[in-house]
Amino acid sequence: MNLTGLESIFSSLVAGATPILIAAIGETLTEKAGVINLSLDGTILLGAMISFVTTYHTGSLGLGFFAGALVGAGLAAIIAGLSLFFGASQVAVGFVLTLLARDLAYFFGSTYARISAPQIPPLPIPYLSNLPVVGPIFFNHNILVYWGLILIPLATWFLYYTNAGLILRAAGENPKTCFSRGINARFQQLIYSIIGGSLVGFSGAAFALCFKPGWGQPQGAEGTGWIVLALVIFGGWHPVRACLGAYLFAFLQIASLHLQNQFESVPAQVFQVAPFPLMIFSLLLVRLLEGDSHRNLSMSQTRSSGFWQKIFSYLTGPAPSALGKPFSTEADH
Amino acid sequence: MQIELRNICKNFGSTSANSDISIIFKAAAIHGIVGENGAGKSTLVKIISGYTAKSGGDILIDQTPVDLENPSQALQLGIGMLFQDPMDFPQLSVFDNYILGLHRAFLLRRDFFRKQLTAWCKKLGFTFYPDDRLATLSIAERHQLELIRLLSLGVQVLILDEPTTGTSTVQKDILFFALQQLAESGKTIILVSHKLKDVESLCTHVSVLRKGRLVCNMQRPFSQKQLLEHMFEESPSTPRFSYSPSGSTILEFKQVWGSKGRNRLINCSMCACQGDIIGLAGIQNSGQELFLRIAAGLAKADSGQIRLYDRRLHHFSYPYLKRQGVAFVPSARLEEGLISGLTIAEHTALVQSPTRFIPSQPEIYSKTQGRLATFDIRGFPDTSVEMLSGGNQQRLLFSFIPLNSIVLLLENPTRGLDPASAAYIWNHLLNAYQTNACIIFSSWDLDELLTYSNRLLVFFDGHIIKDVPTSQIDMVQLSRAMAGIT
Repeated sequence: MNLTGLESIFSSLVAGATPILIAAIGETLTEKAGVINLSLDGTILLGAMISFVTTYHTGSLGLGFFAGALVGAGLAAIIAGLSLFFGASQVAVGFVLTLLARDLAYFFGSTYARISAPQIPPLPIPYLSNLPVVGPIFFNHNILVYWGLILIPLATWFLYYTNAGLILRAAGENPKTCFSRGINARFQQLIYSIIGGSLVGFSGAAFALCFKPGWGQPQGAEGTGWIVLALVIFGGWHPVRACLGAYLFAFLQIASLHLQNQFESVPAQVFQVAPFPLMIFSLLLVRLLEGDSHRNLSMSQTRSSGFWQKIFSYLTGPAPSALGKPFSTEADH
Repeated sequence: MQIELRNICKNFGSTSANSDISIIFKAAAIHGIVGENGAGKSTLVKIISGYTAKSGGDILIDQTPVDLENPSQALQLGIGMLFQDPMDFPQLSVFDNYILGLHRAFLLRRDFFRKQLTAWCKKLGFTFYPDDRLATLSIAERHQLELIRLLSLGVQVLILDEPTTGTSTVQKDILFFALQQLAESGKTIILVSHKLKDVESLCTHVSVLRKGRLVCNMQRPFSQKQLLEHMFEESPSTPRFSYSPSGSTILEFKQVWGSKGRNRLINCSMCACQGDIIGLAGIQNSGQELFLRIAAGLAKADSGQIRLYDRRLHHFSYPYLKRQGVAFVPSARLEEGLISGLTIAEHTALVQSPTRFIPSQPEIYSKTQGRLATFDIRGFPDTSVEMLSGGNQQRLLFSFIPLNSIVLLLENPTRGLDPASAAYIWNHLLNAYQTNACIIFSSWDLDELLTYSNRLLVFFDGHIIKDVPTSQIDMVQLSRAMAGIT
């Protein structure tokens, strides 16, 4: 394969991973604060539908994205609110909501299938996009891709270098201790559920208005939400690692597209579905190769573990201790 | 800063945890609060530190009445509390734990607070590596960090709830030295403890609680005997038995090696006979925890032989060993021993041999009632185990050890219990098991080890560095051996 061919593959990889990593970062923030939002798949679809319809009627891309983020925020607020203030199970509510949101999207979106609406225009960055190799791969995209690329270091910086990020992580680790330090863990969890959810809704809008443009049944984004959930877990609740997973998944999707053109005798559905099991398989592989090194690594620096074990131990991490266990002061007595 | 309590009362429903308690905690003094389990010590200090609301009475800080509604408000007034189980974030780093809640700036001022942390450590004689994950530290070190954190918040009144439970003698000395320094610099220290020795050596004032009431306030000098008389209507007698371990060998370790997490066991050989009561001494993570778990089949030995009677154990899993008469009681009662959320009756149903698909309710209930009566557990068949007090949980746990057990492996059997409860547990163990079984127990409490065991194994860094009859060793030698000096 020649250089331009590789360039175009990498370029589409950087672009294709964008909505996945935006959603993955959103869910990482939510789960790091201790709330599981299982409604991702439905949120992405409903966000995509609403944003598409909004943009179709108003002609404004900005309003479309805003509507998508609003849907995500709303669904996340329902899950977090019901769980934190009424003691409902996050898993149960999340599951029901994902199915409900998906059905709502297809039901109300049916009249908008296969029509066109405005799309995000490409925005090559002057000068930088003319650089050899790096230019076409990173700087010849639209604003969403740049935003996604900025979001990765931004989220990491926020989580690990700001006071607010530390408080977020603390809320996900031990809400009871937060209480003793004058931090309202419940409020933290609500806020970051909503912020995380709005990012997920935003990624749904990104699908409908840019990466898988238009609306139809099935929408091209269907199933992505579940992959994002897996990415967050296998990525050890770290934004950078989750995004590495997003790139892996995007790569599998692009690879299957290329392979589909090569093997025309094989049914197309095989290649459409293949990325999903392959993704789970590769994540599992990482986990198995990594073994239990990350559990021991910090405890016994003296023990020399293998090179690969060390590499893999950086790819995973422990779950927030209070994930899915809301705190109530009343349960103390 | 001086805190005065006037007629403090606290009721939980119809039960009264504190009634009419009046104490003055003076500045630059170390004030002990002692009492048996359930005497209301914890409730009282929780009221002072804002975790629990009082039902009646007044709290005065320097003669000004205050209302303490929550912990952060108490902190602002300069009252900080250190819990027995440290309130911190094990998954976060030492530094993150320290800095959390210290300041409100948007960016973490890492350099500044790193220097501050180092300065505090130097002053109080603690050692930390700020980037270690907190989970890798011992309980004592976590207490030390929490102490520094409270001090840098400007706390004037420090409340410590059983700070020496589960810590080594060395770490205790470090903590006590730091506390004395703080008291000299004008801080008010309140120490809640079961360990009368600690109170005797450290405190300048002491208040004794019994059944939620204040029995007396005393000033130095006070003796252990005096305190015991106030704590209990009659001071509990410590049983001393003469041991005659002449029976056959039950459990034998031959050159066993093992490793699990940060624990290791190196070339460990020992044997236990019928009637033996073997105490395992050693500071935290010296290998005694792993030894007990390997003997119980909960951890795997890397090499070596383990024999039960004359059978060599190849495939030893806990269920198999349990059928052979090996019983293990872990130190973490609620985490490893009991199932929180299930009632006492449900626990009884669980330990019965599962012959029936649907257990007979009346039978279970009558058995549970019998158990409660025999073991003096204050609860009902329908009480969830996590609602029981520590002593009652421990008695319940011990009531589940089959009477025909031949090896009892006990980890800190009296952790966090008052002397009366501890004596009860030991009485029961000696009466029920001593003739047929061997008892192997680990303990933090040197007195307990010296009182109840007939042989002591001292662990240090994975080795058994001493294996002696208890009659040939005293407290000083034992603590030296635990520090690795033989």
